[in-house]
Amino acid sequence: MAEVNTGDGGGHGKHDKKRAKKSSTRIDMTPMVDLAFLLLTFFVLTSTFSKSKVMEIPFPKDPKDHKLDQKVNNAITFLLTKDNKIFYYNGPFYPKNNKDGKTPTTVLKTDFSAKGLHELLLDRNKPTIDAIKKLEEKYKRKEIADTTYKRLALHEQGRSADPAKHIEAALTVLIKTDDKAVYKNVVDLIDEVKVCNIGIYAIVDMMPSEKDLIDAETK
Amino acid sequence: MPKIKLPKGNPSLDMTPMVDLAFLLVTFFMLTASVRLTEPVIVDTPDSHSDKLLPENVILLTVDKRGKPYFNISNAEVRVKTLERMGKQYNITFTEKEKKAFGKMSSFGVPMNQMKQYIAMSEKEKEKFNSPGVPLDSLDNQLSYWIRYGHIQERTLAKEAQTNAKRLGHQFKDTPLRFAIKADGQANFLNVKDVIKVLTDNDIYVFNLITNLEKGDDIK
Repeated sequence: MAEVNTGDGGGHGKHDKKRAKKSSTRIDMTPMVDLAFLLLTFFVLTSTFSKSKVMEIPFPKDPKDHKLDQKVNNAITFLLTKDNKIFYYNGPFYPKNNKDGKTPTTVLKTDFSAKGLHELLLDRNKPTIDAIKKLEEKYKRKEIADTTYKRLALHEQGRSADPAKHIEAALTVLIKTDDKAVYKNVVDLIDEVKVCNIGIYAIVDMMPSEKDLIDAETK
Repeated sequence: MPKIKLPKGNPSLDMTPMVDLAFLLVTFFMLTASVRLTEPVIVDTPDSHSDKLLPENVILLTVDKRGKPYFNISNAEVRVKTLERMGKQYNITFTEKEKKAFGKMSSFGVPMNQMKQYIAMSEKEKEKFNSPGVPLDSLDNQLSYWIRYGHIQERTLAKEAQTNAKRLGHQFKDTPLRFAIKADGQANFLNVKDVIKVLTDNDIYVFNLITNLEKGDDIK
């Protein structure tokens, strides 16, 4: 392979050359291999870690007619504030001394640990999670196609294409932040919402009455 | 007792195939690896369980710890074109050298009137430079212009590439432009909300939040 045929034709000459070459046709390749593998390791490590992960979040278009009382049947509202504190209340908000005579809303406290927020959402969203689990089993047994599975799962989450067929019990999460909440907490919350299979969530502005409530709590 | 004859072989083995393979892989990774430029700020992104990868063709909006917004377009050609368009808007003409330097830059967080000085800085100076952020208030919403013109220029270039490909009979795969927000976990959410508002004002309703993959030991 590495031989070069000089082809000078002389028999004696050829014989002499062969003898001279005999000692060193191989070179020690170890350092080269070392270098090659070092570079290889470097590129493998840097190239796999450079790509960041993303989570997709859709934001609603501002409705043309600012209708505030959009109908939400099963809502849980999270109020985020400073020092990683998180409060929530279920259902609609009733201010103090409201006209309907309902008991005013009080906020409950939770935290970002697996015991707190995660279990709370799992518990509140149990019907949907169970329904989706059943669908998944059906899909795994090949009783339904994957497109059907996706469509039905979205339907269970309350995001069906036909608004008339909305499942009314699907949980809706509202995320409200005050002026001191940090971005990390919002991402943690959205992540938890996604992990718990909740289809509808939105980031909305906090009402002054809600702010008063959590201000009283954090004092 | 008869002596056991050990085969007298050469202890060294032929490493040529191994070297071939190693260099093949090195070449592959070198060619596929993209150069990552140093960002002007260190942003500590929060964790999530999402395993989606960042799309190729993005407009990246960074929000640092102090809540200052930064802007970047992944495609260098589009970035230069957008700078030209922004220069027209703010009556600043950039030299060819400045445009070239801008094409090689990463995220920046300076208003247009400081752009020339910022481009002229060396990498070291940029690292030390305390970026004031791209202005996004309603009086001087430069971030909105950057996003709008970046979007327009990207689409124009994509369309050109498409017609070119058609003329030459090549396949053309359009990678849609995506929008990503990379914010520091400790940044105030109000600042991130402002950036989101700029996006929604430009009729962009779906975008990505850049996060780290959580190790996932605290959740079963």
